[in-house]
Amino acid sequence: MAKETVLEMQHIMKIYSNGVVANEDVSLELKKGEIHALLGENGAGKSTLMKVLFGIESPDQGKILLNGKETTIRSPQDAIAKGIGMVHQHFMLLPSLTVAENIILGVEPRKSKLFIDMKQAIRSAKEIADKYNFDIDVTAKVEEIPVGIKQKVEILKALYRGADILILDEPTAVLTPQETEELFVQLEKLRDNGHTVIFISHKLDEIKRICDRATIMRNGKSMGTYSVNEISTNDMSKLMVGREVVLSFEKQAPTLQGVMLEVKHLNAYNTQGVQKIRDLSFEVQGGEILGIAGVEGNGQTELVDAITGLSRKYSGEILLKGTDIRRESIKAIREQKLAHIPEDRMASGCAAHLNIQENMFANQYTDARYSGKFMLRSRAIQSRCDELIREYLVKCKSQKQEVGMLSGGNIQKVIVAREFSTGPDVIIANQPTRGIDVGATEFIRRKLLEFRDAGCAVILVSADLNEIFSLSDRLAVMYKGNFSGIFTDVAHVTEEELGQYMLGLKNDFANGGVSHE
Amino acid sequence: MLKNILSPDFVNAILRASTPILFATLASGIAAKAGITNMALEGMLLFASLFGVIFSSLTHSFLGGLLITMAIGGLIGFVLAFFVLQLKTDEILAAIAINLIATGGTVLLLLAVSGDRGASTSISSVSAPVIALPFIEGIPFIGAVLSGQNLMTWLALIAVVVCNVFLYKTPMGLKIRAVGENKNAAESVGISSKRIQYIALVLSGVLCSMGGYFLSGGYMNMFTKDMSAGKGFIALAASSMGADTPIGGFLVTMLFGIAQALGNLMQLTTIPTELIQMIPYLTTLIGLAVYSYTVMKRRNRLGAH
Repeated sequence: MAKETVLEMQHIMKIYSNGVVANEDVSLELKKGEIHALLGENGAGKSTLMKVLFGIESPDQGKILLNGKETTIRSPQDAIAKGIGMVHQHFMLLPSLTVAENIILGVEPRKSKLFIDMKQAIRSAKEIADKYNFDIDVTAKVEEIPVGIKQKVEILKALYRGADILILDEPTAVLTPQETEELFVQLEKLRDNGHTVIFISHKLDEIKRICDRATIMRNGKSMGTYSVNEISTNDMSKLMVGREVVLSFEKQAPTLQGVMLEVKHLNAYNTQGVQKIRDLSFEVQGGEILGIAGVEGNGQTELVDAITGLSRKYSGEILLKGTDIRRESIKAIREQKLAHIPEDRMASGCAAHLNIQENMFANQYTDARYSGKFMLRSRAIQSRCDELIREYLVKCKSQKQEVGMLSGGNIQKVIVAREFSTGPDVIIANQPTRGIDVGATEFIRRKLLEFRDAGCAVILVSADLNEIFSLSDRLAVMYKGNFSGIFTDVAHVTEEELGQYMLGLKNDFANGGVSHE
Repeated sequence: MLKNILSPDFVNAILRASTPILFATLASGIAAKAGITNMALEGMLLFASLFGVIFSSLTHSFLGGLLITMAIGGLIGFVLAFFVLQLKTDEILAAIAINLIATGGTVLLLLAVSGDRGASTSISSVSAPVIALPFIEGIPFIGAVLSGQNLMTWLALIAVVVCNVFLYKTPMGLKIRAVGENKNAAESVGISSKRIQYIALVLSGVLCSMGGYFLSGGYMNMFTKDMSAGKGFIALAASSMGADTPIGGFLVTMLFGIAQALGNLMQLTTIPTELIQMIPYLTTLIGLAVYSYTVMKRRNRLGAH
């Protein structure tokens, strides 16, 4: 079926001022009414290409043809005016405003020129929601609606501004399987209505499921555009990383080495004082990986914060190798060989403006091997840092490079290297591979398995079900501050079943000794 | 004492004391809604009170003086915005600079214009008129309160309503709130956050200068050195306690006005004036403590559910 071309990006070249070639002769062609995947590792240049398309960056070479005519896109406003909409990975919504207000923001309908016509705004918002079959209460405040709906609001925002071409940046990263499925149905509807969707993703199965064609990028270059039906996931990942990626792992059966971490009747509260964990008890043994799945916000963050000593807003007991950690400092907890890969690598995982070396030694600068009484032993640090960079395959110019300048995957490798270099007995990995490329993901997962085989107790909190399924020896689902299910036979759990536990449709413990509201 | 408190004079005293703070509170609210702490209110008040005297005297007109003072207030707001938004100065440091310039600058200007260092007694300025309401005047108590207020007091009350409508019913108000809440989100839909913040700070300067004008042309009839006396900072606290909304800020300001008026009354007693003069600042301190306590309580209560 020959569809007309709506947009062409030809031979785009973008070199950043720091000399990074982000796009090198990249071409992208979009047809009317297709869902087009843009696939590539982190740092492959997808984001840059989309920034060029959305007017955030201007290309150094190349041209953009919109409906056959050459055009320049100067700013996001310009892009919006030309019918290009973008749904950012991190939502651009205002929580204290209503859905309708968010949708009309910047293009408010007016009455008597001076005032916002709120009735008209609500009507228009409803109309556009109905037109695309989005079931949304437009008068609800955004802070009160779930993540899946927020994403719909973002899509509606773009549609309200007349977007024909919709860029979705990793839209499924924050969604449950059910919400993802719902999104896909909606995207198909948009496609059938003649909209063009650019779907940025790492998830090959999703691309297989929803996309018509895929443009694959690697190292700033385009590896070609393929019809999704005619290319296997294996070939896609080969083009993406340039080698076969093994995402399912050969695992030995775990050899359990006794309880390392024990949580007893934990009730934990978030910074606002809201109770997020209710009477949670479990233990983890050395040599096993306990996977914790669940929709974000069901207490995972508070659990990790309590175990790692970041928060003391809890009651109950947490025993690390038999000792209660409530009164221990974070440093003392870490000295008990607990390692933590935090959820948000930029906020709490690294100091972006410090260099790789400084970041890698942030947890052991008091170690006598690396520090004298007053001065750091720079030679020892340097040689150890070089070792770690080599062992953890960190791609960088030198160990003096600012961590913030690295790609997401490499930043994560720096953090993992730092955490694992102390030889931990307990590892708390919170979303260890979120938003990083396939190569780094595989590497980090292998490392986790390595440590497990060496007798380390691992808690893996992840939204990536693939990761949970392929690594966990036991799998727990968190729902409203407690486990709604624990599976020891991980291989026989289906995604659908897991989704039901994540959404609380099924709960093995609701009628047991566990208190729920 | 009690008789004094129940008299219309006391209500008048409250309104008089509240007027300058109210303008500054609204000014603080608009800036805060746009995401900027306008700590330069103190300096803005001081500048405006001097320029009010100078320009009403030069133009021989209250309105001329007020309009020029408002323009200068807007200009100071613009300068603050320029430093914060264009040159990326820390907003608190830029505000401190403006406040310090105001302290010294007003005295220097006063000296240059009138030859005095302390007060503008030699300048014949025009004060804001007092509004007598012919029929209402006759009603007991109410008449004495409503009639005979300074025009600036009425303008301050009107400004509360105008600010409220502006922030919550107009596209510009929505944009200001959007920018203040999440700059990136506002920019993603094509709102220039810089432009909005410029506008908010200029408006903030204009509003604040009206309060300053009242200080030297209503509350008193001349400029005296350092006459803002911390009112800008009190306003900053009042606005924050009122959740930076015009109505909330208004209510808190009235509370402060009561404290101030009480203080003035107590000067007639034998209590040392030094203690009495502490009252407005003490109220601010207590007010802020009570405010943060209630916020904490509310959070805890939420936590219990």
